[in-house]
Amino acid sequence: MSELNFDQMSQEYFDILRELGNIGAGNATTALAEMLQCKVDMSVPKVGLLEFKEVGMAMGGEEQIMAGIYLGVEGDITGSIMFLLEKNSARFLVSKLMGMEMEGDDFSEMEFSAMKEVGNIITGAYLNSLSSLTNLKIFPTIPDIAVDMAGAIMSVPAIQFGAVGDRMLLIQTQFFDDVAIDGYFILIPDMESYGKILSALGMSV
Amino acid sequence: MAEVIKVGMADLNVCVSPNGITTLGLGSCVGIAVRDPVTKIGGLAHIMLPDSTAIRNNSNIPKFADTGIEELVKRVVAKGANRTRLVAKIAGGAQMFSFQGGNSEATRVGERNVEATKRKLAQLRIPILAQDTGANYGRTVIFYPETGDFVIRAVGKPEKII
Repeated sequence: MSELNFDQMSQEYFDILRELGNIGAGNATTALAEMLQCKVDMSVPKVGLLEFKEVGMAMGGEEQIMAGIYLGVEGDITGSIMFLLEKNSARFLVSKLMGMEMEGDDFSEMEFSAMKEVGNIITGAYLNSLSSLTNLKIFPTIPDIAVDMAGAIMSVPAIQFGAVGDRMLLIQTQFFDDVAIDGYFILIPDMESYGKILSALGMSV
Repeated sequence: MAEVIKVGMADLNVCVSPNGITTLGLGSCVGIAVRDPVTKIGGLAHIMLPDSTAIRNNSNIPKFADTGIEELVKRVVAKGANRTRLVAKIAGGAQMFSFQGGNSEATRVGERNVEATKRKLAQLRIPILAQDTGANYGRTVIFYPETGDFVIRAVGKPEKII
């Protein structure tokens, strides 16, 4: 990749990620429905290219408590993926999955593991669609979870986007079951993986 | 009525007593508050990355510890603070996940942000009076140039003033 057309390429790249995001979120919804063994509907994903200053507001404020599940991506491309959801939505999903109400305000070890599993399944479905679209081998690493302020969790992907530009791509999807669940995906391929995704999709690099 | 000025991610601003200045949900980023205790003029920067020279696309001054702190000092001095009286307090630089991405930029970025911040402040001969950095949780900070109080809030922890 030549340095001269980086900004132009960057825009094109974001457009592609946007489309991949739409498809990935669809797959993730199917996986969620299978896991919960009920019908889950999904709203059309909202895709935004946000300035860092706007990131917190997009999620209902920087201090909104969220659960963030973060995984590495290995194989033909490398990078990371994050799935975030609001704390109460996370509690709802966990209690649904475990078949019991969550007690207290904090997540227990078992509930943390259940939440990691939810994240694993959802991000796995997302990465699968990326893999089949590009014919690239993509493997997720073991997930890690943090329950904290949106701003603090988002600083991790923001910093990675920050190393190459001044905006980040956020895909917001609403899942509907008994309640509406707002979920956010952030896919962060490393710079070296950038060209691989583009050429796998038949674009000139 | 005093107001509280808000600073976003990769952003900075100045603040004059009796107003306060805040940045919400610092994770691996670092919040740097500076103040002239005599004129009670201060400012706050929310930096994301340690080093502007390590990155090609580096025109966003408040994004980096080196350029961000320099700009913050320039702005508070322009507002009337005395350069030689400036003191600093810092917070943030957490490692939010045990895994922080595969690439080298992401590895220990919170820690590297703190190191770069200290290096830059030392180079500018601005003493660090207090800090609350590292660990694995997010922080909201509010700085009051009137008293120099740096209020730190974290989820599930008592508020502290450093």
